[in-house]
Amino acid sequence: MSKRMVEFEVLRYNPEKDSEPSFRRYSVECVDEWVVLDALNHIKETIDPTLSYRWSCHMAVCGSCGMMINGEPKLACKAFLRNYEGVIRVEPLQHFPIERDLVTVIDDFIGKLKRVKPYLIPKKDKPLTEGEFLQTPAELKKFKQYTMCINCMLCYAACPEYGLIPKFIGPAAISLAHRYNQDSRDGGRDQRQEEIATTEGVWECSFTGACSEVCPEHVDPASALQQVKIKSTVDWYQEHLMPWVKK
Amino acid sequence: MAKSNKPIVWGLFAAGGTVSAFVIPALVVVTLLAALGHAPAGLSYQAVHGFASHWLGKLMVFGVMFFSLWGSAHRLRITFYDFGVRADGLVATVVYLVAAAGSVATAMYLMQL
Amino acid sequence: MGEEMSRKPYVREVPKHTWFFRHPRYMRYMAREITCIFIGAYTLLLVKGLGALAAGQAAYESFLQGLQGTGSVAFHVATLVLAIYHTVTWFNVTPKALPVQIGEEFVPNGVIAGAHYAGWAVISAAVLLAAGVF
Repeated sequence: MSKRMVEFEVLRYNPEKDSEPSFRRYSVECVDEWVVLDALNHIKETIDPTLSYRWSCHMAVCGSCGMMINGEPKLACKAFLRNYEGVIRVEPLQHFPIERDLVTVIDDFIGKLKRVKPYLIPKKDKPLTEGEFLQTPAELKKFKQYTMCINCMLCYAACPEYGLIPKFIGPAAISLAHRYNQDSRDGGRDQRQEEIATTEGVWECSFTGACSEVCPEHVDPASALQQVKIKSTVDWYQEHLMPWVKK
Repeated sequence: MAKSNKPIVWGLFAAGGTVSAFVIPALVVVTLLAALGHAPAGLSYQAVHGFASHWLGKLMVFGVMFFSLWGSAHRLRITFYDFGVRADGLVATVVYLVAAAGSVATAMYLMQL
Repeated sequence: MGEEMSRKPYVREVPKHTWFFRHPRYMRYMAREITCIFIGAYTLLLVKGLGALAAGQAAYESFLQGLQGTGSVAFHVATLVLAIYHTVTWFNVTPKALPVQIGEEFVPNGVIAGAHYAGWAVISAAVLLAAGVF
C-alpha cells in the first residue's frame, strides 16, 4: 500500500462556541487509493474526533456526503485523492446554512421535495382486483433517467440561481416532479404544475446547466427543467387562448 | 401559489434565441464587409429595397427583427439580475419597452416600403 | 443529557455582484448571457438601417457609409464572435430541451444538434449568396 502525506483545509464551525466558521489544517497520511471521505474518517478516528460530517454508503448511492471540495460540489466518497494536487479544501455544501462543521441544514430541500408531490397520483382509482399498471419499455424510457436522483443536493450547491434566490424550488425537486409527470401511470401533472409552474418554480431557472454538470448520477436535471418550461408555456397558451379545451 | 405569466416572454425568448442563432452570424458578416468598405452587391439600395418591398421579404425581415429583439430583451433582463441588479420590475419594463419600440418601428418602416 | 442543544446555523452570503468569478463554468455562463447585449444592439442597428431604407436612397447610402470606421468594425467583430458563441451554445443544448423519442430510443443529442448546424450552414449560405458575398 503506497502512502503519502496530504494536507487538508477543513471548514470548522461549532455553533455553541464560534461566531463564524474558520479553516483548520490537517496533515493526513493517506493511502493512494483513498477518497476524501476516507481521509475525513481517518482525521476523525485518529486526529480530531470532534469533526462532524454526514456519510453512509461510501459508494455514491446514498447521497449523504455531498461537500465542496476545492470549490466544486462533490460526493466525498467519489472524490479520489489521486485527482488532486496540493492542499485540498473541504467545505460544507454551498448555498445551505451550516449546522456544524461539514453538516448543512437541509430542511429547505426536504420541504421542497414534499411540495412537488413526488409520488404516483393515478389518473383514476384503480383497485387491486383490476390488476397491475402495464407499461412498455418505451414508456419507461421517457422518465427512467430522472428516477436516478439520490437527493445529494450537489445540484443546489452548483445552481447560481438557488444561491441568489433561496426560494427557488430548485433542480432536483423539479426534476422529480418531471419524473412523475412523464410516467404513463401518473395523472397528477395539474397538481404539480400548481407548484412548479410558479415564479419560484421552474421560472427562476436560467439554464446555467451547472446542475447537470455536477450531478453524480447523470440525471441531467437541466434537461428536465427546460422540458417543464416548454410544457408549461404550451399549457399557458392553451389555458389563455383556448380555455374551453380540457387537457 | 399562482402560476406564473413568464411563459409569454419566455416563449418569445425561445423563439428569439433560435431565430438569432440561425440568422444573425451571416448578417453580421454582410454588414462587417460594409464596415470594411467592401459592401457586397446585395446591400445596394435597389437590391435591399426590392427585397423588403415584397410581401415575403417584409415577413422575413419583420420575423427576424421581432424575435431577435424580444429574445435579446428577455435574456438581458435575466442578465441584469445575474449581475446583482435586483430592480427586476424596472429592468423588465425598460427592456420590453425597447423591444416593443423596435418592433413597432420595424413594422412602420416596412409599411412605408 | 436533558439540555437542549443550541442551534445557530450559519448562513454564508452569496456575493450578488461577483459570484460568477468563483468558477469557470459560471464565467462561461455569463459570457453566453452577455451575447444578448451585442445581438440586441446589432438588431437595433438593423432597425436603424431599415429606417434609412424607408427614408430613401440618399438616407440609406448615408447609413451604409456610416457603417464604416474602426469603432464599427470592432463592434462587428465582437458581435460576430459572440453571435457564433450564442449559436453554438444554443444548438448544443437544444436536444436537451426537445428530446425526440422514436420507438423506444431517443434520437442522439449529436444528431439533433447536427441537424441544427446543417440548417445553420444552409441558411448562412443562402444569406451570403443573396447578399452577393459570393
